Amino acid sequence: MNKVSKSPWLLHYDASSCNGCDIEVLDCLTPKYDIERFGIINTGDPFQADILLITGGVNSQTESVVKQIYSQMPEPKVVVAVGICACTGGVFKECYNIKGGIDTVIPVDVYVPGCAARPEAIIDGVVKALSILDAKQAAMSKDGR
Amino acid sequence: MAKRSIVPFGPQHPVLPEPVHLDLVLEDETVVQAVPSIGYIHRGLEKLVDKRDFKQYTYIAERICGICSCGHGLGYCMAVEEVMGIEVPERANYLRAIWVEMSRIHSHLLWLGLLADAMGFESLFMESWRLREKILDMFDETAGGRIIHSVNQVGGVQKDMDATMLNHLLEAVKDIESDIKPVVNTFLQDYTVQSRLKGAGVLKKDDAVTLGAVGPMLRASGVEYDVRMLGYGAYKDLTVAPITSTDGDCYGRCEVRLKELFQSFDLIREAIGKIPSGDINVPVKGNPNGEYFMRIEQPRGEAIYYVKGNGTKYLDRFRLRTPTTSNIPPMVEILKGCQLADVPILILTIDPCVSCTER
Repeated sequence: MNKVSKSPWLLHYDASSCNGCDIEVLDCLTPKYDIERFGIINTGDPFQADILLITGGVNSQTESVVKQIYSQMPEPKVVVAVGICACTGGVFKECYNIKGGIDTVIPVDVYVPGCAARPEAIIDGVVKALSILDAKQAAMSKDGR
Repeated sequence: MAKRSIVPFGPQHPVLPEPVHLDLVLEDETVVQAVPSIGYIHRGLEKLVDKRDFKQYTYIAERICGICSCGHGLGYCMAVEEVMGIEVPERANYLRAIWVEMSRIHSHLLWLGLLADAMGFESLFMESWRLREKILDMFDETAGGRIIHSVNQVGGVQKDMDATMLNHLLEAVKDIESDIKPVVNTFLQDYTVQSRLKGAGVLKKDDAVTLGAVGPMLRASGVEYDVRMLGYGAYKDLTVAPITSTDGDCYGRCEVRLKELFQSFDLIREAIGKIPSGDINVPVKGNPNGEYFMRIEQPRGEAIYYVKGNGTKYLDRFRLRTPTTSNIPPMVEILKGCQLADVPILILTIDPCVSCTER
């Protein structure tokens, strides 16, 4: 990918993470990494978001919240699972209240492993998500939507 | 009487990095009652003692919460060490104290940033988090991880800090201390910040004690109580005096945390000055048999670790009482009668860590 074709807005949700990946997601926005220079904004509103960053595995109570947030986001949308817990359940996989990774509930496009995922890896995941977003947008235009 | 309405707050909310849900009962703009409901981050970590042996469980304990990771590992290891009667080398105690104080600095700077963000003061948020990066870089250099450090183990610590690392740490602390002055001035002197914080969410001294507040929340109400005064680990040789404020409002809680930053800078310098040479861990033989309550001071307040062993390598029970659990009743109390617009700030000033609370 040579250029960023869109300034995407992010939505971050903590499904059942230990906070480690969440503070790294926030860290991406702050002066050292500063993804706002690409026009990326962390929005709190699902209706305005293009990319959903989810941390942590899914438990019985967050399952419905994750589904609801995903359904509220407009098409095209991309889901990035941040951290090993969001990818597979990770260290908490055998806990009685953890169903597994985010892909047990909603479709996931990009997996960013790590415990906690480093900001460099998260930014890389978001850049990958951007090209997927472009592809989804192109597919939608082709369908005439 | 004004008409009552219920406003749901959370679980997905812009000011909260973590999901927590509150039903706010309002009369016009005034909150008359706040009903918390929790469980969004419950994973069932305490039950994992059945599946991981007591040495492996250290890694789980560190992942109870990413912000207080180092402290949780420390509290768990110290509880098991007490059960097994292990004498930890002095150097390990000092290294633990240095890492825990570093994580206190990181946690308080993170909290200051979130508070500024909740007020809509974006540049102050960015400034606090910029300073925090220096401590994270030091964690990266000394422990190999920015957030989860995995430095503690039953019987000591896994990693040593050499003289170069200690010098770098001293330089980083010096840098932060000089760079932080404008941030401290803004939080304590700025008119706009004061108008949001002063007089908001007052917790009286008696209420703080009766409702069981801990940590900066309790000390901001004027109670001199800090578990580090018990002198566990290296704190028996270090100077710890509880930092208090008298007002018990949001401003007081902010002031206490800001002053604790400087206390941590001093403690790190003192510990580096006094650190003895020697081993960093001792071999652990046998399995824990017995039970113990360990209390340590986390950035958010007193945390209690209960460990019960049965002579096998799997523990019978591990129980944790986190500072946020104790701070929820005082939080519900200060929310009564506040304005709806102040709710995010009042919730933030208890420094909630939902992930510790629900495990």
